[in-house]
Amino acid sequence: MTDFTTWDILRNLLLAARWTVLLSLVSFIGGSLVGVALLFARIGKSGGGRAFVKAYVEIFQGTPLLMQLFLTFFGLGLFGIDVPAWLAAGLALILWSAAFLTEIWRGCVESVAKGQWEASSSLGMGYLQQMRWVILPQALRVAVPPTVGFSVQVVKGTALTSIIGFVELSKAGTMVTNATFEPFTVYGFVALIYFCLCWPLSKSSQILERKLNVAHRNH
Amino acid sequence: MSLIEITEVKKRFGDNEVLKGINIDVAPGEVIAIIGKSGSGKSTLLRCINGLETIDEGSISVAGAQLLPDELHLKALRLKVGMIFQGFNLFPHLTAGRNVMLSQMVVKKTPKAEAEGMAKKMLERVGLAHKFDAYPDQLSGGQQQRVAIARALAMQPIALLCDEITSALDPELVNEVLSVVKELASEGMTLLMVTHEMRFARDVCSRVVFMHQGRVHEIGPPEKVFANPATPELKQFLGVIH
Repeated sequence: MTDFTTWDILRNLLLAARWTVLLSLVSFIGGSLVGVALLFARIGKSGGGRAFVKAYVEIFQGTPLLMQLFLTFFGLGLFGIDVPAWLAAGLALILWSAAFLTEIWRGCVESVAKGQWEASSSLGMGYLQQMRWVILPQALRVAVPPTVGFSVQVVKGTALTSIIGFVELSKAGTMVTNATFEPFTVYGFVALIYFCLCWPLSKSSQILERKLNVAHRNH
Repeated sequence: MSLIEITEVKKRFGDNEVLKGINIDVAPGEVIAIIGKSGSGKSTLLRCINGLETIDEGSISVAGAQLLPDELHLKALRLKVGMIFQGFNLFPHLTAGRNVMLSQMVVKKTPKAEAEGMAKKMLERVGLAHKFDAYPDQLSGGQQQRVAIARALAMQPIALLCDEITSALDPELVNEVLSVVKELASEGMTLLMVTHEMRFARDVCSRVVFMHQGRVHEIGPPEKVFANPATPELKQFLGVIH
């Protein structure tokens, strides 16, 4: 039997961690873009758009991410579309992130006082002008900490994609364990790498929260 | 020729009819105080005039601009009437100067330099030229309200609606705001104000409207309304106030 050094284990895990980072970025950025589109439909005037987004959010928040991954991976296969694991993983995570981000941001937009809408209306601004110049700049400040906080969930969420065969950090951990028979060491490193990715995000969320609160101390 | 024509305006919130057929014509340069108990519909009437509330029946027009619920007509109307709120509603993320500049640049597409000049002039007019770069949370309530007045004036409206603009202020700050309003009145600005400042209403206004249960209960020059109230409701209201 071949012997594996600790460096062998760590090196393989770090190489796989690149895919975790990439998948997290794709999910978060893609989810943000879809999320913004959904947000405008959610707070817009069209009743159909609002109902659609509401249902969308409820479905994605009400089912486990794992099921969403399975359904994307196997479901599209049923229609004869051969979906590679990376595509299913990316797609499912983007849609999942979008649902949560939309809901976070809706709360932020609604936290802007009603008087801001009234004042900007009375000055003659149209809906998009109000959004662009008055509402979103204020909502954005409120949104930064919970949005950064949610990005931690995205990073950890990518671990589930190992189950449909996407080789990221968790999957690599399983594979390395199968070769080395040292599960405690391997999963210890896996956990450590996740922590190194997530901790700075959580920390920056806290710092941002404190900073933005200080800026708003008199409100 | 009336500047603001309010004709048979009715407004319901669900089953509750808050305005039951209001008729008021306002001539250019008139200063009108609207008084009455809370729930009498006075704030709702003011909010209807610039379209913050829709009306169920009747019509409102300001200098020929009809109140219709689509964005284009609303904008035309709102360019003619400015509104000042009880809670100031300054944009907290912008400085006082930027607050006054924003709508000029966004709505009227005024070039920045020109909007800045206008903002300086309007802040000067309310005595706050030195606060151009201050954020709203660095200003007192009275100062914030004066910035709000400057912001409305910068759009060069022909009439201003004031919705209890001194009610959220500490007593010692009320006068600085009222003196600005008084000056506007003396310069010929048309003003409609919902107010609890009876002395101000008596001194400055050309007419006083007493609203009661969604109707104009009494209307007339302040000497008459305050000295010889014709109805028991107004007598009682004034008795409570004094």
